[in-house]
Amino acid sequence: MQKILIYGYGNPGRQDDGLGPRFIELCDAWIREQNLTHMFTDTNYQLNIEDAAEIAGYDTVVFVDASVVEDLENFKLETVEPDDARIEFTMHAVSVSYVVDLCQKIYNKSPKACVLHIRGYEYDFKEELTPKAAENMHAAFAYLKDFFKQVRRNDS
Amino acid sequence: MAQKITIEPVTRVEGHGKVTIHLDSKMNVQQTRLHIVEFRGFERFVQGRPYWEAPVLVQRLCGICPVSHHLAAAKALDVIVGAGTGKGLTATGEKMRRLMHYGQMFQSHALHFFHLSSPDFLLGYDADPAIRNVVGVAQKFPELATQGVLMRKFGQEVINFTAGKKIHGTGAIPGGINKNLSIEERDFLLKGDDPMNVDKMIEWAGDAVNLFKDYYMQNREFVDNFAHFPSNHLSLVREDGALDFYHGVMRAVDSEGNRVLDDVDYQDYYKHIEEEVKNWSYMKFPYMKHLGKDKGWYRVGPLARLNCCDFIPTPKAQKEFEAFRAHTNGKPNNYCLHTHWARLIELLHSAEVIKELLEDPDLQKDDLVVKGKKGNEGVGLIEAPRGTLFHHYKINDDDQITMANLIVSTTNNNEPMNRSVNMVSKNMMTGKAVITEPMKNAVEVAIRAYDPCLSCATHALGKMPLDIKLYGPDDEELDHYKS
Repeated sequence: MQKILIYGYGNPGRQDDGLGPRFIELCDAWIREQNLTHMFTDTNYQLNIEDAAEIAGYDTVVFVDASVVEDLENFKLETVEPDDARIEFTMHAVSVSYVVDLCQKIYNKSPKACVLHIRGYEYDFKEELTPKAAENMHAAFAYLKDFFKQVRRNDS
Repeated sequence: MAQKITIEPVTRVEGHGKVTIHLDSKMNVQQTRLHIVEFRGFERFVQGRPYWEAPVLVQRLCGICPVSHHLAAAKALDVIVGAGTGKGLTATGEKMRRLMHYGQMFQSHALHFFHLSSPDFLLGYDADPAIRNVVGVAQKFPELATQGVLMRKFGQEVINFTAGKKIHGTGAIPGGINKNLSIEERDFLLKGDDPMNVDKMIEWAGDAVNLFKDYYMQNREFVDNFAHFPSNHLSLVREDGALDFYHGVMRAVDSEGNRVLDDVDYQDYYKHIEEEVKNWSYMKFPYMKHLGKDKGWYRVGPLARLNCCDFIPTPKAQKEFEAFRAHTNGKPNNYCLHTHWARLIELLHSAEVIKELLEDPDLQKDDLVVKGKKGNEGVGLIEAPRGTLFHHYKINDDDQITMANLIVSTTNNNEPMNRSVNMVSKNMMTGKAVITEPMKNAVEVAIRAYDPCLSCATHALGKMPLDIKLYGPDDEELDHYKS
């Protein structure tokens, strides 16, 4: 069976920026309840170079991130290809495609990677998600559960 | 007639930064300014919150060095709960915090070198920006890139074991710590499978120091002439003058090595440090009061720390420190790019300290917290990766925070960063009508030497492309560069 990592990132102390880590809380409960021994989770504030080592041990990685894209209605699952062309604006955070590319170049591993973008709205010093962001998160979670059920059916 | 060149934001610097370079009608650099948008709302945000929440709340500020804020806040609250400063904690409490802090220093310095600096050193300052990054290093020097990744990972594991979790760690609490280090955690770090163990980290850190020294020997003229200017230097030092990132007294030296702040208690920092507000910047400009605004500004960070301390209390780093100090005949080192050399010596020192701490049985003891007579005010200082970090809190009788003042490392380095940009701009851009990629990168190299962190913890808001605008004498846009 495929080994899957769901990796949420963002700062849960900055309101909707915490959509990724909050999403992982839902996943953890689901994985425990369903005893999904092939599925794993992780969280962090931001992606960084060491995540290349982290993802090298998985067949599929789903990154979960807050999105500020205004025309995104609620969420979107997007496949990611390795990409080293872009210099990141921030020095301490790198993109998913950057991590995937680094993994390929250093470890010769190419896990299937995708990003679940969940629309966020406010980024103040608060723990709570905005109601609309929470709604988007639950919709995305329902979608991802169905997605993996389908993957399991196809695997078996 | 003056012309204005704007570079914004600065690539590979956390948060938002903008550089404006004003040219006069003869194309001479007339004035330069580094504009940084610093988030200041946090100090108001914590008012009214129970004081014991502060060490966790402050981690909302920054997803890059949350450990530094976590520990600086905890140190300030140690004073409020009557646990004293530094030495007031139990041996386990202090050593667990030190392990957390040196783990943070190790991973941050490793990231800076391998992710930020090494592309410039190994691939050249004028290399194609498409390859001048860690992926470019991975292609050309795969072993080195792997080391960088694993050193970061090792440091993160140290933090994870001591802070309790990756996000919003709760390890440090007022008066101590809430966990010790289990034997399993200790052995994972001390005796982990090759290469994930502390001995390998020490070896790789030593290799990184040698890598910089080799680069320096081949590029000495460039390194020494890049943004070299005299300044004061300020840092914490241990009471016996040793380098200490976690606790000590405040010391400052001038560019000749004379002590201008002589080992003062940081509870009194406000008697010595003041912040100037300038109308063109959101970020304040700190200076030593007794020297005044013009002469009292100072640098903080790796270069300042090695200029302020008398020795490094671990053998391998001490040997490197002696070579570093000998280079300037024992006088303070004012070479901007030698900050990288100092940072790598600190990387080596951090790995050595981590090993010493892991071998200390105090980390497995259960006496974690002390409390004494409660007060209503406390100051916590710590040497964060980028320099001295100040946290100051006052509370009322209901245990609510009534005042918070934070001076972050990047604020302390505001004036020297501006001076570095000014020097590089004058050297590179005088008489030039167009900004070339090497010119742009030179300005960024000057800023990156300080490793500024602009408190931008919301990654979703921090993604912006590089934007350079060139304005003519009447502020008309002459050129626009966008990455």
